[in-house]
Amino acid sequence: MRILVVGGGTGGTIVANNLARRLSAEIRARKVRITMLSASDKHMYQPGLLYVAFGQMTPDQLYRDQASLLESCIDFHVDPVEKFELDNQKVITRSGKTHEYDILVIATGSRIVPEQIPGLAEGAETFYTEETAVKMFKGLRALEEGTIAVVVGVPHKCPIAPVELIFSLHDYFKARGIRDKIKIKYHYPIGRIHTIQNVATWAKPEFERMGIEYETLFNVKEVDVDSKVVRSEEGTETEYDMLIAIPPHRGMEVIEKSNLGDDGWIPTDRHQLTMNGHDNVYVLGDTTNLPVSKTGSAAHFEAEVVSENIASIIKIGTPVRDYDGKVYCFIEAGHDQATYAMFNYQNPPDLKPPSKPMHWFKMAYNQMYWTSVRGLL
Amino acid sequence: MSDTKIVDARDTFCPGPLMELITHMKQSNVGDTLELLSTDEGSGADVPEWVNKVGHEIISNEKIDGVWHIKIRKVK
Repeated sequence: MRILVVGGGTGGTIVANNLARRLSAEIRARKVRITMLSASDKHMYQPGLLYVAFGQMTPDQLYRDQASLLESCIDFHVDPVEKFELDNQKVITRSGKTHEYDILVIATGSRIVPEQIPGLAEGAETFYTEETAVKMFKGLRALEEGTIAVVVGVPHKCPIAPVELIFSLHDYFKARGIRDKIKIKYHYPIGRIHTIQNVATWAKPEFERMGIEYETLFNVKEVDVDSKVVRSEEGTETEYDMLIAIPPHRGMEVIEKSNLGDDGWIPTDRHQLTMNGHDNVYVLGDTTNLPVSKTGSAAHFEAEVVSENIASIIKIGTPVRDYDGKVYCFIEAGHDQATYAMFNYQNPPDLKPPSKPMHWFKMAYNQMYWTSVRGLL
Repeated sequence: MSDTKIVDARDTFCPGPLMELITHMKQSNVGDTLELLSTDEGSGADVPEWVNKVGHEIISNEKIDGVWHIKIRKVK
């Protein structure tokens, strides 16, 4: 049985490690082989980029060698897939190699596409890559006064990020003693300040307490870089001195080129996490088209279901679990406090008041992640 | 006329039905029709508010067995 995992991010790494443990006897007996193909020999802790953008972490703290995170029995190659041929049960990689499989796991993730909005790539700071997060911090550090406009593209990874960004901006300029010289204006695509009703209800008075201006039903249409104006699809505009964007995202190009899904999102069964029409192909993390948050947390919980089901199919011939839509998101709430949102397909999040211990837990999790991605936590 | 594309956002809290619809509207072509399925009680009002503000067209909006079925045509 050949299991091929494509993608070495949170979801792919947890699946591979979890399977390696569950199927250790079968692997030793050479009845099962696990191969992972990834685009990089490094693994990034992506939530740390927000800390980099505020000078609280340096980029080197975000990385580990991918090979060091994997069980030794996993056959790991830095050789990204260039083409999926599902009908022939094989993939072709950048180096020209062909990998055949019996079971395929696709966890290729997503990418930012600021270029989809005219002027956004040139005019906006973002924190979704190492380089742009560092650039954003330098921009914040140089800013002494003026208006910061925050805009949000759709779809985007980590739906809590826009709110966390606002708390971080407020705390950063307050600590520098110039909060009164900085106007912060937040723009959000739908008719409230966060897509989760309970988060919106909680954050609205917090925004008002911090003096954050906000405009809802604002979908970014274009950025006039020369005039420093951002305009919405809905017909409004905001002038800014510094523009920060949560950029729109898209699935990976290889998914689109292989015709696996519109915009790189693969049609996926919301409970079994199999690709529609392909029972031996599993999809997880950002790569799915599911109406679930694109977060490492969702990828983590999906990975547990996928690995348990693949192992049980090999051992007893049937899957044993359904994914229930579970997501758990920390929410940094400023003042060294945090809360969390936990929900699934049936139960909405019930937000608790922010607390310092929850912030400390988040700080601890920033290190515990490396245990989590090894499939141990 | 193109087929109606179903956007199944039932039983989702994040990113939520309207955010799902905006994503799929961006993927669609002018003239396309999308049908949003939502179990969010607020969708019956939230979705038309956005559709009207941005200038698309609501074709129908009805609740059937606890599920909002909202058909939208992309106009621009």
